[in-house]
Amino acid sequence: MAEAQNIPVGSTTAGQIAVAAESTVATRMSAPPSFDVADFPVPHGREEEWRFTPLERLRGLHDGTAVVTGDGVKVDVQAPEGVTVETVGRDDARIGKAGTPVDRIAAQAYSAFEKAGVVTVPKETVLTEPIRIAVHGEGGVRYGHQVVELGAFAEAVVVIDHTGDAVLAANVDYILGDGAKLTVVSVQDWDDKAVHVAQHNALIGRDASFKSVVVTFGGDLVRLHPRVSYAGPGGEVELLGLYFTDAGQHQEHRLLVDHNVPHCKSNVVYKGALQGDNAHAVWIGDVLIEAKAEGTDTYEMNRNLVLTDGARVDSVPNLEIETGEIVGAGHASATGRFDDEQLFYLMARGIPADEARRLVVRGFFAELVQQIGVDDIEERLLAKIDEELEASV
Amino acid sequence: MATLEIRDLHVTVEADNATKEILKGVDLTVKQGETHAIMGPNGSGKSTLAYSLAGHPKYTITSGTVTLDGEDVLEMSVDERARAGLFLAMQYPVEVPGVSVSNFLRTSATAIRGEAPKLRTWVKEVKEAMERLNMDSSFAERNVNEGFSGGEKKRHEILQLELLKPKVAILDETDSGLDVDALRIVSEGVNRVRETGEVGTLLITHYTRILRYIKPDHVHVFSGGRIVESGGAELADKLENEGYEAYTKGGASE
Repeated sequence: MAEAQNIPVGSTTAGQIAVAAESTVATRMSAPPSFDVADFPVPHGREEEWRFTPLERLRGLHDGTAVVTGDGVKVDVQAPEGVTVETVGRDDARIGKAGTPVDRIAAQAYSAFEKAGVVTVPKETVLTEPIRIAVHGEGGVRYGHQVVELGAFAEAVVVIDHTGDAVLAANVDYILGDGAKLTVVSVQDWDDKAVHVAQHNALIGRDASFKSVVVTFGGDLVRLHPRVSYAGPGGEVELLGLYFTDAGQHQEHRLLVDHNVPHCKSNVVYKGALQGDNAHAVWIGDVLIEAKAEGTDTYEMNRNLVLTDGARVDSVPNLEIETGEIVGAGHASATGRFDDEQLFYLMARGIPADEARRLVVRGFFAELVQQIGVDDIEERLLAKIDEELEASV
Repeated sequence: MATLEIRDLHVTVEADNATKEILKGVDLTVKQGETHAIMGPNGSGKSTLAYSLAGHPKYTITSGTVTLDGEDVLEMSVDERARAGLFLAMQYPVEVPGVSVSNFLRTSATAIRGEAPKLRTWVKEVKEAMERLNMDSSFAERNVNEGFSGGEKKRHEILQLELLKPKVAILDETDSGLDVDALRIVSEGVNRVRETGEVGTLLITHYTRILRYIKPDHVHVFSGGRIVESGGAELADKLENEGYEAYTKGGASE
């Protein structure tokens, strides 16, 4: 990235300065968290949390006009022995335990879902095979709720795979007992027209570790909101993300790590490649270190690689620190271009243009892909990256 | 025997919304085994010649021909030129983040040779070539040109020259920005390739210093977008003593 530059907090590659720079994590949402959709006004688009999102492409998820149609989305859970898979009613105590909806669509999903999926890994159960949750859209509208709960010292890998075409708003709760280890890979491999908006709430038990890998390739509009808070000290969180935003796609990842207890760690790394006209990626990384969270160690990073003209990135890291008694806190954001000079250099060494681009993009993502730790997902990702490159270059 | 023939080459570049002619009729023949030094003052068009031959999109060929063994080079894309046997060691090698030197070299060698080099012999080949250029083995794991010092960039260019074994190597101011030690190491690398007798070398430079290490068969003075005088190695001595003044004045009066 010959012209790579460090983007200061609150700036965008298009040169506009985001209002976020002066707002705080605590105040940036236009209404307090609530399970009731009626507590949130219909967004008009200028709110801090909505200003990057093209509301007209939300298909009515934000204003109550998206009505559930048939069984438009199929959910299939495959779990190894020892795991409990249930479908429960709205009154189940486990629902909503990990976090509260923070915006209108999350509250809409909570207010509208009929049945929730609950996957439970009992305490001290260590799985050797992943739990796979396939969410396949068949053109319908759906409000969903999924809970994944690990008992104390349980260990599991969960792969949630989104394919097909759907208009989906959902909340996903991850509840980790003390000392539990959970890796979740959420793949958004939607068809071109899909709209997917979801809030992920992770509640990290004492000494538990949580790794979230968010991979977004498809969809017309994908807006995900992974949020983490801690239930006890010693928790460790890794939030990894990878997106490949094509012409016309809007892919938005908004993260919040709330360091609300002492001696916890978090590490956030999101990387995205963009190509084509009106490809738009948004990354908001909020980290809050509360006054009581002494001994916190946190770092967040967002890197973007713009492969063609016409693509746009908005990257806003935001770190709010209420105590100085911490181990470390940092953030970084940079957006670079794959430019003509890099292409020329590689081609001047005999490498054809398409292969040169593949080399650069694979290199850009490689380090992140290797950290996923689920073999078939890693292979699929690399194949998908190649496919994306071939499709539109 | 491989031959690069440049005939009446005219090249323009777009700058400040105007078209400017930089090369104004270059004629040059470089045969395998020969070393030609092209010397000239800043702005004479030396680097334009180098980049035009390699096919940089910034430059437009308005007339003339370039052939390599009779094949029309100007019809080829940048990568095709490289695979046909042209190599340009760049004055300002480009950083390519995310791509390691080892991955880059192997991808390039695979493209140039038409098949992937056998892993075991390849690793040895790279290791030995790097040792000869005083490059630490950790170099291979770094990203291409990222954070390289000036000397490291140039050594990396010559490493590629040694591994890719082109028919014609164009070295664009490879000597600029090098201290004496680095210049010696880089020159020795170029000489190893020259000694095979299989490469024609076009050495573009502003200074005569590098010619103490790399002895040219022919020296050409470049001024005002073309070659204004050609001679043997003795011409470099004349330039060393008298500078380019005579040529720039001559160029201006034309």
